[in-house]
Amino acid sequence: MKPLALAPMFASVVRRDLTLALRRRSDALTTFFFFVIVVSLFPMGISPEPSILRVIAPGVVWVAALLASMLALMRLFAPDFDDGTLEQLALSPQPLVLLVGAKVLAHWLVTGLPLVLTAPLLGLQFQLPESALGGMMLSLLLGTLCLSLIGAIGAALTLGVRGAGALLALLVLPLYVPVLIFGAAAVSASAEGMPASGHLSVLGALLLAAIVFGPLASAAAVRIALG
Amino acid sequence: MLDAAALECVRGQRRLFHRLSFSLPVGHMLWVLGPNGSGKTSLLRMLCGLLRPEAGKVRWKGEEVRASSDSFHADLLYLGHAPAVKGDLTSLENVRFGLAQGGVGADVHEAVAALNELGLAGRERLLARFLSAGQQRRVGLTRLVLGKSKPLWILDEPFTALDSQAVELVQSHLTRHVMGGGSVVLASHHDIGFAGIPVQRLQLGA
Repeated sequence: MKPLALAPMFASVVRRDLTLALRRRSDALTTFFFFVIVVSLFPMGISPEPSILRVIAPGVVWVAALLASMLALMRLFAPDFDDGTLEQLALSPQPLVLLVGAKVLAHWLVTGLPLVLTAPLLGLQFQLPESALGGMMLSLLLGTLCLSLIGAIGAALTLGVRGAGALLALLVLPLYVPVLIFGAAAVSASAEGMPASGHLSVLGALLLAAIVFGPLASAAAVRIALG
Repeated sequence: MLDAAALECVRGQRRLFHRLSFSLPVGHMLWVLGPNGSGKTSLLRMLCGLLRPEAGKVRWKGEEVRASSDSFHADLLYLGHAPAVKGDLTSLENVRFGLAQGGVGADVHEAVAALNELGLAGRERLLARFLSAGQQRRVGLTRLVLGKSKPLWILDEPFTALDSQAVELVQSHLTRHVMGGGSVVLASHHDIGFAGIPVQRLQLGA
């Protein structure tokens, strides 16, 4: 028995959440297939015309990523809140902010990263030029991390609230808007062969702000929920 | 040394207690008694710093617990109502991840030995959801075996769902901890004798 430093504790929280996700694969798969199916429905509903698909692709992929990310938020803190694990994390000798960060990172690895990795396939389905696929992945990489960090605040604020799902959507979706705008714009720009670096820089800036303030706000909300 | 000064607790519209003060020296046990709804759990959560008291202060070693939380938490072992045991993790994983959350690292041998001591030998690799309620509590209680280094134990109904043999085991761990210079705050309905250690009784809702 020995006291643990911050890094092994952070790693332990990430490992625990990944192990749990692996044991309950259906949860992560639901989010993933939700994303794939929503994106695939649009060509069928609107038109298979390549020129139209190319125009709507960025928005469709991004809105689907937004909704999928939100769908997964309910499971970020709620199970830990119910079984007492969150109390123990709040009473840990290491700062709760960083442990919340570890949980968000694990959550993103399970729900966000698969979206980033499959996005190029879905892009081809929308007749996007190959040159746009890199931009799409990069925008989703930065963007889904933002979504997880921002969404965590909403997930923590709605802990222990009845009808938390609907409230969570109302709280979080407006906050997702900047990410949606710049994420979709980055994809559009690279699809038209224009540089997307401006949009990606804004996404990067949003991500930095979310990394700094997201866990702080989530940890404060967790403490309120426990008190 | 745990000090509570003029604590007041309000839940909803009801005031559960007020002007509650006590001082728990090292090597003592505080036994919190009272009927359901008298504020035992609320008091324990206040002592941990999870719940903000309406009025009053809780101090550990002279420092307020909500202000000096990191050093206080390094000294604290809290066992709440919920056992913090995950059904989708094995007993062994529960023990090790659970300890890590408290800032304590334990290798596999120590964790297995603790599970053995609590009568869970051979169930180390079993998912906790296949264990009975009492066995799940036992998994949570391994933290008492492995958390000896923490001077302050705050335990909320640790005897729930345990059989008499496990109750005795927990009792002996508590006694040993107090004799070794630790402090214990215990909320329990079980009428248990603690021989040879100083026990303060705190009656709530009277």
